[in-house]
Amino acid sequence: MRRRIALLALLSAFVLAPLAAGPYLLSVLVVVMYMAYLGQAWNIMMGFAGQLSLGHSLYGGLGAYVTAALFVNWGVPAVLGLPAGIAVAVAAGAVVGALGFRFGVKGVYFALLTIAFAEFTRVLFEHIPSLGGTGGLFLPVGSRDGVDLLRLRGHPLMFYYLILAMAVGAFLLCRRLLACRIGYQWLAVREDQEAAQALGINVFRAKLAAVMLSAGLTAAGGVFFAFYYNTLFPTQAFGMGRSIDIILAPIVGGLGTLFGPILGALILTPLGELITWGTEALGFKAAGLKQLCYGLSLLAIVKFLPDGVWPWLRRRIGFDPADDEEEGT
Amino acid sequence: MTAPSPLLLVENLVKNFRGLRAVDGVSFQVNAGDIVALIGPNGAGKTTVFNMIAGSLQPDAGRIELAGRSLAGLRPDQVCRAGVGRTFQLVKPFGNISVEENVVIGALRWTGDVAEARRLAREVLDLLGLADKRRLPARSLTLPDRKCLEVARALATRPKLLLLDEVMAGLRPAETDRMVAIFQRLNRDSGLTIVLIEHVMRAVMALSHRVVVINSGKPVCEGGPAEVVRDPRVLECYLGEEAARC
Repeated sequence: MRRRIALLALLSAFVLAPLAAGPYLLSVLVVVMYMAYLGQAWNIMMGFAGQLSLGHSLYGGLGAYVTAALFVNWGVPAVLGLPAGIAVAVAAGAVVGALGFRFGVKGVYFALLTIAFAEFTRVLFEHIPSLGGTGGLFLPVGSRDGVDLLRLRGHPLMFYYLILAMAVGAFLLCRRLLACRIGYQWLAVREDQEAAQALGINVFRAKLAAVMLSAGLTAAGGVFFAFYYNTLFPTQAFGMGRSIDIILAPIVGGLGTLFGPILGALILTPLGELITWGTEALGFKAAGLKQLCYGLSLLAIVKFLPDGVWPWLRRRIGFDPADDEEEGT
Repeated sequence: MTAPSPLLLVENLVKNFRGLRAVDGVSFQVNAGDIVALIGPNGAGKTTVFNMIAGSLQPDAGRIELAGRSLAGLRPDQVCRAGVGRTFQLVKPFGNISVEENVVIGALRWTGDVAEARRLAREVLDLLGLADKRRLPARSLTLPDRKCLEVARALATRPKLLLLDEVMAGLRPAETDRMVAIFQRLNRDSGLTIVLIEHVMRAVMALSHRVVVINSGKPVCEGGPAEVVRDPRVLECYLGEEAARC
């Protein structure tokens, strides 16, 4: 009950934030929600099913490029391009998953496979002239007023509420999944595949479901990115840096937890902004300082809170799920 | 009345690991409602036989049938869904989730309804004396409790045939007796068929209707527990030829 109230309070704060926040703060909050959303999508694969993907930019990039290309070249509205982008990303996830899981590629080797797929897709997209190649793909910026959800053109506030809805939706979806058979199957696969199999779980199918779902959700995040920033470059959209950005929030917040990715994004994004702002205020330019600080905070987390911030924090504030008993009874 | 077809039929099973013939012509039958112990010295091939029945290993030759249906080529999850539950000699708890969730996952083998799975999980945990530990993460359990959890998880899948791989090892005599009583009750009340690998003779003598002895992958003899322990061939394979003669 207390947890539900706290969640609602947090949600109301985000819903009402635009009343108080200026354009800059609003843009930071968009990034927070965007990272929270992607972190949750990645968490399904790594946190729930225990499959490490270090190439998640592949799915975000595919969703972004497919939907944006349909819009730029044929004027297909985002609402129709989105399913196409998701479908391509899910298919890519199925290919990566099927290859990896069918041939028993596990752990770091599977992670390497995911990187390889993202990398050669990057190279591929750098050589498609109709999608801008290395020069990038630019979406025509129409009116910044108004709200056109079907085409994803309009006011920054529209984007803010859209990504907020996506982050909340992902949270509700993950919570639902963990209470279902497939959620339990993922946990079993994460903990011990041999034991999971002995209990009748089709491990291949469970892992494939996790990859495809995670890929589809990530693709929707990529579509948001494309239409919010209006520019796409293969080096960024499919880059290793993007993949790392995606995994930081859930690791810092708490792998496998529902709230971890959100908390991680709430910590890391403002931290990054603070560093950028601080160095600018002090009048010196230090490229990479943000990344350095991210790296240090990651080190600190691994050293002092290896389960992430959220499992520690929820014990401190008495939100531990082990305390409140008898939910289903 | 014709003889009932056996629940489990194992015939001329052979398994080679590179040059080593780990299992060499093992055959036995288990009728529904039987409790059969598979015994033999270390390295006799008992666990290899289990792994072949459960689908973790494919036999190089021979036949395994469950209620007349061949298990050849099935994956472990398919064998489980066909009605075979198993425990692992080296226990494999899902360490980072609760004891109850471990068992819920077993029960989700036959139901998609988590609430129903949870009800059965609690019953099974009650039966095995783990009810008060159900909220703990499984990694915090002691080894005897982990063995119980292995059994609970396998039972929750509602198997027709339960394969127990040394679940009594490491238990105190009183705990062994309690475990034996649980299996006797399950066998009597719900007709659960059990095949167990066991070194703890106290459990073997009390529990099994029949004992199959193997040594170096080969069948030695088969019979009631009392007659098997007096068989010179059994003494020989445990203690050596000379000890058996004196």
